[in-house]
Amino acid sequence: MIDLKNLTIEKAHQSLLKGEFTCRELAQAYLEVIKEKNPRINAYLEVFDDVLDQADVAQKRFDSKTSTILTGIPFAVKDNILIKGRNVTSASKILQNYVASYDATVITKLKKQGAVFLGRTNMDEFALGGSTENSAYGVTKNPYDTKRVSGGTSGGSAASVASDMSLVALGSDTGGSIREPSAFCGVVGFKPTYGKVSRYGLMATTSSFDVIGPIAKTVEDAQIVFDVINGNDVLDSTSIKDDIYTEPKKKNKLSIGVPWSLINQEGIDPKVKDNFKEAVKNLESSGYKIKDIELPNCLALYYIINFAEVSTNLSRFDGVRYGVHKNGKNLLGDYLLSRGTGFGKESRRRILLGAYVLSAGYYDAYYGKAQKAREALRKEFKELFSKIDLILTPTSPIPAWEIGEKSDPLSMYLVDIFTVTANIIGVPAMSLPSGFLEIKGKNLPLGIQFMASHGREDLLFEIGQKFEAICS
Amino acid sequence: MENLAELARIELGEDEKKEILSDMKVILDYVNQIQEVKIPAKVGEQGRVDVESDYRPYNVWREDLPAGAGEGSFSRELIIEQFPDAQDNFLKVKKIL
Repeated sequence: MIDLKNLTIEKAHQSLLKGEFTCRELAQAYLEVIKEKNPRINAYLEVFDDVLDQADVAQKRFDSKTSTILTGIPFAVKDNILIKGRNVTSASKILQNYVASYDATVITKLKKQGAVFLGRTNMDEFALGGSTENSAYGVTKNPYDTKRVSGGTSGGSAASVASDMSLVALGSDTGGSIREPSAFCGVVGFKPTYGKVSRYGLMATTSSFDVIGPIAKTVEDAQIVFDVINGNDVLDSTSIKDDIYTEPKKKNKLSIGVPWSLINQEGIDPKVKDNFKEAVKNLESSGYKIKDIELPNCLALYYIINFAEVSTNLSRFDGVRYGVHKNGKNLLGDYLLSRGTGFGKESRRRILLGAYVLSAGYYDAYYGKAQKAREALRKEFKELFSKIDLILTPTSPIPAWEIGEKSDPLSMYLVDIFTVTANIIGVPAMSLPSGFLEIKGKNLPLGIQFMASHGREDLLFEIGQKFEAICS
Repeated sequence: MENLAELARIELGEDEKKEILSDMKVILDYVNQIQEVKIPAKVGEQGRVDVESDYRPYNVWREDLPAGAGEGSFSRELIIEQFPDAQDNFLKVKKIL
């Protein structure tokens, strides 16, 4: 029996090198857990039928001594990342039978390493939501309490890692979609700097916010995956060159800013705050300098840009070239019917909101104003990061909620208060497990979030490993 | 609302129109907070008050080349297979004019 619970990428790699188990045996072990747990959790929308074949191919690289750190490592992949020849749907009905005609750049990179893809994971439709309740294929349940949500939008990826249905997973983050489910499921969620990881082959939600990143059990695992998938890509025109952000000198002591006035607002669970204060105290006694900073609430700014870009990006799903096609009286009828029946409620709502904020009469008041505010915020952060190295907040103001509990869309949006800022300005951020909160006899995981300035992933990995050591 | 739905090419039922309309009112009311954000003003060249960028956006170009076979390439077959309607390997659509 392989001890999956305590397995990390490095440990698995060493065992594969030493021949303690084979790639096939490792993949088989995960398939068995998936078979046992997935019907209850619903993390995977599809488990690929060639997993063992992929593992055998990976094993050959160990036999020929051409293996790399990710060879044979079993990955779960979010259902909005394209793998050539495989079904991929963004958890939407409109793409029910869609088959990817090319590989996303991250997939090409992982294939080169010989990674094994276990299957595609559940998410909120087109990455719109915060709980996977917006999936057209049922909610992903939280492994710690199946009455509760796993978070979202990368809920399937986070739940798969948390319940040993995968060793590591790929997610995408538009406004917290990697970090929030990671916090809810007690795992590490890493959102890189915008443009560091190619978006080629990632279905676009909000193109100026989206980024692919790893969800893992440890900071080290997240770093290993990030090191492989990042890098400039000619196929993504918003991909950045490695030298675009100049690295300032290494400091001996990192200073951490905490936006207390934002955290002390209404709507933050007092127990989440207690857990957060404990984390701050522990960091302080480990020698980190904590400073009180001001951060604005950026939700309005985030959602205006999100609606606008979502409505534009989702206009490509028209039933003409691929996906669900419904026959109407004429071409317009085809569009109306295909899109009306193919999109779920939240997608339809955001498409309409986007059309509104972009419409001639309201453009200046909403989208135009939001773009200016975004630029002003970016400058504000530049100033802020000249005084501090990291920003620390809770990842989410509340723990995982009960399925169906949040029925009005606005209350769901408010959960993103701490995560959206990193996407608006494009800085890297990471959610780390920070303990548990007992509710109704179940222990629910909580998370804290660090943000660093552009290109400073290294600081996040450094503080992340320190914090893991403090917690263990 | 009906105008928006038509612009967005989405057919909505009567009940759903009402529901989405009331959701939208609440959401738009919330995001209207954006009006309170103070932007450090600067009079631009055309006398417009605007926020100044400290970076220059630039274009990223690449050659438009037909993708070859092998790794990283498109599958033409997979694309054609997924056309809702096809004739002689062309996408078939309804009459437009």
